[in-house]
Amino acid sequence: MSNNFKTFTNGLLKENPTLRLVLGTCPTLAITTAAINGIGMGLAATLVLVCSNVVIAALRNVIPDKVRIPAFITIIAGFVSVVQMLVKAFTPSLDAALGIYLPLIVVNCIILGRAEAFASKNPVLPSLLDGLGMGLGFTAVITIMGAVRELLGAGTLFSFPITSRFISPMIIFLLPPGGFFVFGILVAVSNGVAKKQGKKPVERLGCESCPSKEMCANAAKISGEVADNE
Amino acid sequence: MNKVTFICSILLAGILTNNMVLSKFLGICPFLGVSKKLNTAFSMSVAVTLVMVAASAVTYPIYHFLLYPKYAYLETVVFILVIAALVQLIEMVLKKYIKPIYNALGIYLPLITTNCAVLGVTMLNIQNELDFVSSLFNALAAGLGFMLAMVLFAGVRQKLDDADIPEFLKGLPITLIAAALVSLSFLGFAGIGG
Repeated sequence: MSNNFKTFTNGLLKENPTLRLVLGTCPTLAITTAAINGIGMGLAATLVLVCSNVVIAALRNVIPDKVRIPAFITIIAGFVSVVQMLVKAFTPSLDAALGIYLPLIVVNCIILGRAEAFASKNPVLPSLLDGLGMGLGFTAVITIMGAVRELLGAGTLFSFPITSRFISPMIIFLLPPGGFFVFGILVAVSNGVAKKQGKKPVERLGCESCPSKEMCANAAKISGEVADNE
Repeated sequence: MNKVTFICSILLAGILTNNMVLSKFLGICPFLGVSKKLNTAFSMSVAVTLVMVAASAVTYPIYHFLLYPKYAYLETVVFILVIAALVQLIEMVLKKYIKPIYNALGIYLPLITTNCAVLGVTMLNIQNELDFVSSLFNALAAGLGFMLAMVLFAGVRQKLDDADIPEFLKGLPITLIAAALVSLSFLGFAGIGG
């Protein structure tokens, strides 16, 4: 039981997919213009992650090793389509806010990364908890980031006016540069906390847990970027 | 608007005002991961552009003749599989027939399969209801925009190596803040091309 609990909290804090593994950067930067978008995107991705982890864990002895990546992608794409239809039907405003980033959950490296690193090697229950923990960790971080950008860029929080009456909002935080900047500061803060706890700060993108790590490493080796990957 | 001006505006928007990486946040992984060296950044973007145009050419007929309107909900599943197969095919053809190009770009091709920029372009083509020719130009513009961002950012990062950076910003944070500044400069193009 305690082991399962550890698997669950692993994704929330110790190996937070966004801040510690640095995966799924595209939606993190793109849709965090409002806190509510963060919750919506996060929960949609969590649902896909939990379902695909469970199915992949259940089929882990059936799927041949050589075709596992295409098989994983097909399973994930199936669940993404389900979530896409659910969001379109029940929360059309969220569908409009997330736009093309909703179907793009299919190429979110968190999901393929967890399938490859965890679900393909573990039984169903731990995989479910891993998916849930990772998904909620992702949701928490993008919601915080959405809240920061919304507060600074529009002066509101979950659409309630907070500072917009006293300070004129800095719209730049809602524009693309604000996304890069806020995420940079968040990673710096998370690195600082990790350092205090004696852990290694994140130096680069989440290559360690990325499904295409080996291919990237090969590409880098051939083009002479070896020193960079050490 | 006639055809030529429309295509020109697509090209301008894709490269400058609606840049794939800097304003739509698609393809952030290669943008931050493979942009350390100028030549790597350039080769990677050439491969991405090639796959984007090929993927748009293939997904357009599939969507309009096979999927739409009855099976439009299968878009996500079908597109990702088609792109994965297409990348494999391009790799094999290049390996067999055009060895020099394969040697230069081959190593980047497998990385592109799960690149959200490629899937993103094919989906935007459908979403914006572009016709076949405009789709191809949209993909080309997205690829060139990606290339511009990658090459510019590789230059910035090479300078960054020699800079004196505060301890807490070292590594990924300063890279992201540098990206914010590059993206800020692209905001200056807003409004060009209508």
